[in-house]
Amino acid sequence: MENEPKLRTLTLSDQLLVFSHSGLEQAAWNYPRLQNLGFCYLMVPAIRRLYPEQEARILAAQRHLELFNTMPYMQSLITGVTLSLEEDHANGNGVSDNDIRALKVSMMGSLAGVADPVWWGTLRPILSAFAASLALSGFGIVGPLVFFIGWNVARLSFRWATQRWGYLQGLKVVTFLSSGVLQKLTLGASIVGMFVMGAIVPRWTRFKFAPIIASSQHANLSLQSMLDQLLPGLFPLILTLVCVWLLRHHVKPLWLLLGVFILGLGGYWLGLLW
Amino acid sequence: MSSIFGVLIVAFLAGVEGVVDEWEFHQPIVACTLVGLATGNLVSGIALGAALQLVTLGWMNIGTAVAPDPALAAVVAAWWVSGPAHLPSAAGVILAIPLALIGQGLTRGLRQLIIPLVAQADVAAAQGNLRRIEWVHWSSVVLQGLRVMIPTGLFMLLPATWLRQGYYAIPHVLRGGLRVSAGLLVVVSFAIVINMMATRQLWPFFFIGFALATDGHLSLVALGMIGVGLAILYIKLQSKDTPHNGGSGTLPDDEDELDRELDDL
Repeated sequence: MENEPKLRTLTLSDQLLVFSHSGLEQAAWNYPRLQNLGFCYLMVPAIRRLYPEQEARILAAQRHLELFNTMPYMQSLITGVTLSLEEDHANGNGVSDNDIRALKVSMMGSLAGVADPVWWGTLRPILSAFAASLALSGFGIVGPLVFFIGWNVARLSFRWATQRWGYLQGLKVVTFLSSGVLQKLTLGASIVGMFVMGAIVPRWTRFKFAPIIASSQHANLSLQSMLDQLLPGLFPLILTLVCVWLLRHHVKPLWLLLGVFILGLGGYWLGLLW
Repeated sequence: MSSIFGVLIVAFLAGVEGVVDEWEFHQPIVACTLVGLATGNLVSGIALGAALQLVTLGWMNIGTAVAPDPALAAVVAAWWVSGPAHLPSAAGVILAIPLALIGQGLTRGLRQLIIPLVAQADVAAAQGNLRRIEWVHWSSVVLQGLRVMIPTGLFMLLPATWLRQGYYAIPHVLRGGLRVSAGLLVVVSFAIVINMMATRQLWPFFFIGFALATDGHLSLVALGMIGVGLAILYIKLQSKDTPHNGGSGTLPDDEDELDRELDDL
């Protein structure tokens, strides 16, 4: 009875340590193995707990130094599932090290594609544009605070919740992900993102056509007021759509920045833009 | 003196964040505000941060690509605007673009230079030395911070009077043009974000958003509510159209429940 091997489990504090490590995952981003050291680094507290034997410890560290790359916040879900598999592996519950490898590879690609539009394409542009508008309309420091606090509360709670959930559910997560719920979520976020980007274009492109474009004895004709009658924000809209079209045709953003810069200088010089 | 140290600390934090992308210290609205705080010109720091944020909000590192780096751009431009040079905000926005490209080059370079360091982690792993793996990783964090802190320090060596004289040596016409350009540059960022998400089925939402926003009575929060409402409606109607046993397998119970709940509403 006393010889029965003690079950190896990750304590809550181990999981919190992994969680605190996970925020530095991308620091050692390198070619060609990308986030490999970052992932190994965040697994270190778990490896320390699960594999007291030197042999197993070496294998575990090497296993997690292999190529890895995903969207950093989604990595928490992968981390959670990996933790649960590592625990099974350490206890000899029929999980081989190749199973762990395969799981990481299969999750990292699909999750990155789902999470990039949500975090970088929707949440950050919207939240930061909202914060910038607060700052520019007289609320001052409130703007930066709204962005900083809002972003980090969302990020930290998402990271901890998904890591914990992945750890508790283990491989069930994979079945859940294949059900298409995430795709719906991404579609929803992209809809909100596109809608709000549409709203941002006329509101935050700061420019005006020169007040007077043609004057006669009787009246001054203003191009801006004429365009405002037609559709306010028409010029920013066209400019944005041209930029999207050029991006679709693989023109580098740098050239677009340069082009817009010259357009602004030229427009002012010709007296068209104000 | 303390303001210089303050700016360098902000530069370090921004440098780390520019790569790890967690706390977002590298986003101009945070970085410029902090530089403004360090130099004692909070108001101009916030103003530049907000203006620059709109230009950089589309710059994102996706997959293995490296975008222009807002970290170096935000910190150095903020030093020139709220530091002793007191350049106008529009000049800061324009100067941020070449700075961002320098930062991008440095990020790319460091991704190569760090390879020997990562090789050290392999050695440590073969010895089963976990503590050393942690140290290797922490030193890469420091390198990322220095990536922005050192160039920032060098740029801060430029005398403020040179910058001011340089700026006012620019002909009046060009200075006005700079102001116009600074306001226009935001469209490139908008285009990057749109390009990332746009599919044929999503374009209508873009135009609905645009049309509603031209009515000045709707606040951004109200627009956000309309956007979320449209998204829920669209997804709900879409899943009604597709038969439940079709597509890629059966749908789980959770989703049926969600559908039922939405039906009840």
